[in-house]
Amino acid sequence: MKKLFSRRNFLKGGLATTAAAAVLKNKETKASGDFEGYPDGMGVLVDLTRCVGCRSCEAACNKEQELPEPAKPFNDFSIFDEIHHGQKRRTDETAYTVVNRYDVPELDHPLFRKFQCNHCQEPACLTSCFVNAYTKTPEGAVIYNSKVCVGCRTCMIACPFYVPTFKYSSAFSPKIMKCVFCYDTRLKEGKAPACVEACPQEALTFGKRVDCIDMGRQRIRETPGKYVDHIYGEHEVGGTAWMYLSSVPFDKVGFDTHVPKEPIINSVKDFLAMVPMVLTIWPGLFVGFHLLATRKEKMMEMEKEKELAKQKATDEKEEQV
Amino acid sequence: MRTRKKIMRTALALTVGSFMITPITAWSMEASDAPETVTIDSMSKLYGPVEFDHSMHVGYASCQECHHHTTGEVVADPNCARCHNSADENDVVSCSECHEANRFNEKYLKTLEDPKLYHIDKPGLKGAYHLNCVGCHTITSGPTGCVDCHAMTEDGEKMFNTGAFAPAKGTSSSGQKH
Repeated sequence: MKKLFSRRNFLKGGLATTAAAAVLKNKETKASGDFEGYPDGMGVLVDLTRCVGCRSCEAACNKEQELPEPAKPFNDFSIFDEIHHGQKRRTDETAYTVVNRYDVPELDHPLFRKFQCNHCQEPACLTSCFVNAYTKTPEGAVIYNSKVCVGCRTCMIACPFYVPTFKYSSAFSPKIMKCVFCYDTRLKEGKAPACVEACPQEALTFGKRVDCIDMGRQRIRETPGKYVDHIYGEHEVGGTAWMYLSSVPFDKVGFDTHVPKEPIINSVKDFLAMVPMVLTIWPGLFVGFHLLATRKEKMMEMEKEKELAKQKATDEKEEQV
Repeated sequence: MRTRKKIMRTALALTVGSFMITPITAWSMEASDAPETVTIDSMSKLYGPVEFDHSMHVGYASCQECHHHTTGEVVADPNCARCHNSADENDVVSCSECHEANRFNEKYLKTLEDPKLYHIDKPGLKGAYHLNCVGCHTITSGPTGCVDCHAMTEDGEKMFNTGAFAPAKGTSSSGQKH
């Protein structure tokens, strides 16, 4: 009779299963990294060549989001010269968006850049949050729920654009403060965010994200020489809802051009997949190793003790005698 | 003379707003037919209306520089000329006729989804005014400050925390602390 289960067959089968598992696992990993966002998600195209630095967007945001009164009026342009800790103004708990001025040597006029949450297609803040305080809505906004947030501030570190800020000033209800695309008050109802509506120059154009990309491409194609041939945010960190056009290379106007072209989660996913395995299997495995490794010593110790006891017994006997 | 007056009046009406439109045809439009001043007040909320001196600007720019292909002059931009190559004038030449006042409302955005539509990126009315005016003023050293063209209203002062609504120095609880 033929052997049904030889050692060779067993090994072959095992190898095939392992390979299949590896392939399947790979596919799964890839699928989650390839999320391209909701198809009808909205976006904003920011055209730096149009912005005149009037700060209307900042004022509109302040009123819409009921943020505290600013230190200086919104038509005070001396703030463009402010440097805080060696860098230009940043968003904080009092301002979800700021405009900064950049003096570019090759231009005879400055460029202005509006800064706020870019509302990533696959946000790092969301994927890093272990209590799921963040949501990417089908409309395109990345919103935050302060009720479940535990204040760990991992999102602040995870964000490639350093957007989420913390309300340190409030001891009793601290929370993350960031642009929410005016989700609750406007976007949910299909309306453009307050900053877009306030912009006189239409430097901010609101529309479906896919349409914004088309618009950007058209502007680049039809006004040769006006723009660098790149839409910042089309592919950066896997794509963002807010995208930018510029007449000078993006690194000259404060953009990080070294961010990866894929979602931030892809950089850590392989590692993160290992964590549960490490946590569940490793303790048992190593305790087992430890027990095995120390078993011999223990046995020897026990034997020694036994011998000692025997010796003692015989010694005592001898003494009695 | 009566016809001339009529044209002037119609042109004024058309340019100011698109409410009382009575389309006119077959009249060749000339710079002298245009209104002397146009009050742009369709969006005045944070800023007051703009008293636009049209006759003065006629001396600075040709019609098509602002009115594109609508006034009967051959369009300047070769890209526009690909389609708008005839010098036919439009019935209506006012900005608001083509540039949507509610540029980002859902209904208008829906119309942009038409795959055959070329003008997917036409600025809204506010954008068209500012891009055109500020763009040219920057080149020709015209006025470019916000209040150079329109005075800020009380609503505007509230919005910008300025004037009567300016933050009191030193008492503000907030500010850029970074």
